[in-house]
Amino acid sequence: MNTNLANLLYLIPIASFILALRFLSNPAHARRGNQIGAVGMLVAIVVTWIKVGTTSWWAIAVGMLIGGGFGAVAARRVKMTAMPQMVALFNGVGGGAAALIALAEVHRILPEAGSPKLDISTAIALSGLIGAISFSGSMVAFAKLQELIKGRPITYPGQKFVNLALLAACVGLAVTLVSGVQDEWLLWVVVGGGALFGVLFVLPIGGADMPVVISLLNAFTGVAVAISGFELENNVMIVAGALVGASGTLLTLMMGRAMNRSIGNVLFGAFGQVSLQAAAAAETDGGTVRSASAEDVAVMLAYAHKVVFVPGYGLAVAQAQHDVRQLADLLEEKGVDVSYAIHPVAGRMPGHMNVLLAEANVPYPQLKEMDEINPEFSRTDVAVVVGANDVVNPDARNNQGSPIYGMPILNVDQANAVVVLKRSMNPGFAGIENPLFYNPKTVMLFGDAKDSIDKLIADVKSL
Amino acid sequence: MSHNTLLVFELTILVLAIFLGFEVISKVPTLLHTPLMSGTNAIHGIVVVGAMVVLGSPHKDAFDWVVGFLAVVLGSANVVGGFVVTDRMLEMFKRREPAKPGDAEQDGKNAE
Repeated sequence: MNTNLANLLYLIPIASFILALRFLSNPAHARRGNQIGAVGMLVAIVVTWIKVGTTSWWAIAVGMLIGGGFGAVAARRVKMTAMPQMVALFNGVGGGAAALIALAEVHRILPEAGSPKLDISTAIALSGLIGAISFSGSMVAFAKLQELIKGRPITYPGQKFVNLALLAACVGLAVTLVSGVQDEWLLWVVVGGGALFGVLFVLPIGGADMPVVISLLNAFTGVAVAISGFELENNVMIVAGALVGASGTLLTLMMGRAMNRSIGNVLFGAFGQVSLQAAAAAETDGGTVRSASAEDVAVMLAYAHKVVFVPGYGLAVAQAQHDVRQLADLLEEKGVDVSYAIHPVAGRMPGHMNVLLAEANVPYPQLKEMDEINPEFSRTDVAVVVGANDVVNPDARNNQGSPIYGMPILNVDQANAVVVLKRSMNPGFAGIENPLFYNPKTVMLFGDAKDSIDKLIADVKSL
Repeated sequence: MSHNTLLVFELTILVLAIFLGFEVISKVPTLLHTPLMSGTNAIHGIVVVGAMVVLGSPHKDAFDWVVGFLAVVLGSANVVGGFVVTDRMLEMFKRREPAKPGDAEQDGKNAE
């Protein structure tokens, strides 16, 4: 198959990828979109296969079986709570593939007569560097989320300087390579330096900020793939990579906005360090915490008109999403209006909480976004906070000294009553004290979220 | 087509695709941001096509072999894993289970 025919046929996957993203605008047909994307990918692979011809076809087949088999098994087995690290892993391998392609291309091109074209060598250097950063950065993100290494920021003096110097060195070497120093090992150093930079760059970022990092690395891989498209003169790679790069960039910006922090602050702020003083400051406020029994809370819920559940990552950790749904169903049978308030950064990646609740068969029209639910809290009888903390912290609205000041939050403190299900009084992921717990309207139900919900179910049933 | 003409064409495609990406993605509700991320993740698995070109190149030595093979393995893990995970997630988004007594009256008004 010649290049023109291949490029013509590549229009099929290009169109299908765009449709796949377009269909994602509505949950009713999002799944169909993904299937269209998968078919498009299959077309791209078959076209390429035919174009490549019989050369090493069996090696390609074996490689695909190994990689595809691993991908399929991992994707089938992963728990929905572990979704963010799975996305990080698949993102990393894509970036790694782009870096490897750059290494293979430079190895093929350099021995050829004459100096390589400027755009091709630029593409090779860039996709090698960005792909390597994406690969190693994603692996560190994976390790942090999988708790193979500490989720807390890892910092040391002069860290930013070291990172910046390393990145500058990599870019410098890449420029040297492009400007005509034809040494293959230069690219190896660039790729190795990029990989090291990826590790150092993600290590200081705390677990709570991982969603932003994964989203950014997703964009990186997209960009690396688009640039690989330039070095292989392959249209479908350029378009697909650009789509992903744009999407990842946009999502990253949106998440930053949802946390009221600039992307620079997320990436270089080593969030979680300031929190110690803030926690100490909040504790001096005093105030008492009221704890309630499951029976009391069950009565509150069963006789309410409107209940809003506010799920946080604690709910996912306790695997309590199914129990919450049971409780909600029970309350609905009693005529209570139930909905769920989802903060944009609830969970470990954007929209993660929606996936976890969908897994528990919560109908998606009940999942309310922040802007939609906030005006409703004043009309809410009981807000039930399950394993959420920072996203309901009124300090974000009221206390200028708080590290999360300015972050948009769910205004649960405006509900008539608040029930907080929490394991203990330990501060949340970001380590910040929460005045909501000391609010006279708030009662605490201590214990494992799943156990507490199960008790509530039993008590509501017996009413 | 000369090399430079091709490059200009490719750059045109790139810029258009970036704008199209922003346009399409901005219509995705936050409800679906996780599937969006994993779906785009699957789409950049297109890198497998590049890996196939490298491994399928007729003139290659042992080095190209190893690197190309590894790239094909990584790329296909990206493709298959990405699409399967996204499908699993999207399968779960439902309005309401059909045969569940007791809560039939809730929905309806939210229908498109």
